[in-house]
Amino acid sequence: MSKSTTLTFALMDAPFENARTTTAMRLIDIAARRGYNVNVFAYEGAVYLPFARQAAHPNAVHGHDVDEENHPLPKDWVSALMRATRQNGGEFNWINCGLCVDERGADEAVEGVRRGTPADFWKFAVESDNTLVIATQ
Amino acid sequence: MNNYVFIESRDPSEAADVHDCFNLARQLASDGDQVTIFLVQNGVLRARTGAASEMLDPLIDAGVTLIADDFSVRERGIGPDQLRAGVAASPLEAVIDGMAAGATTVWN
Repeated sequence: MSKSTTLTFALMDAPFENARTTTAMRLIDIAARRGYNVNVFAYEGAVYLPFARQAAHPNAVHGHDVDEENHPLPKDWVSALMRATRQNGGEFNWINCGLCVDERGADEAVEGVRRGTPADFWKFAVESDNTLVIATQ
Repeated sequence: MNNYVFIESRDPSEAADVHDCFNLARQLASDGDQVTIFLVQNGVLRARTGAASEMLDPLIDAGVTLIADDFSVRERGIGPDQLRAGVAASPLEAVIDGMAAGATTVWN
């Protein structure tokens, strides 16, 4: 399949809650490493995935400081996916649903994340070779 | 012939609509479509040798391709020789392959 392949993913789960987020990121990572163009439309709780104020924390129960705990942060995954896609020649677009952002006060996102509407998801889908919706269950 | 990829992340004992997904996949395959079910996360549990198999047997009989995410399998302590016949462990790449090839891809 050519590098100009474009795949769109719609995500709905908030971070730190469900393994679907990890699997979604793994899928996007594969597409990124292949140099495909990747579109992500984050809806509902998923708008918190690139939230810039996520912070790593120590784990007092396990006696770990911040570095030892090495707490994974989805905002870093989003930034890494952007870099991986572009390093492999693809284009990466991440759009957060604006109303979902406003409802949640999630308006501080990592660089590269844009604000949009469900109409942007429609445009993504129309312009893509394929679309996968990973809905909250 | 249409090409379908269903992604199932739950065990049938976890959610009733897993049955619906499996039934739809079986019907599509019986109608001659090319159907793959990619089991991921807890969806792989039913693929263990010795797990209740009444859910998967009709799918295999109908010609549905059953794939278990190799990472999810390892994550749950299921050895490579502990998957039931008819289910192959494979990386998640198979889903992206299907999407890139234009398969109708549904996460149930």
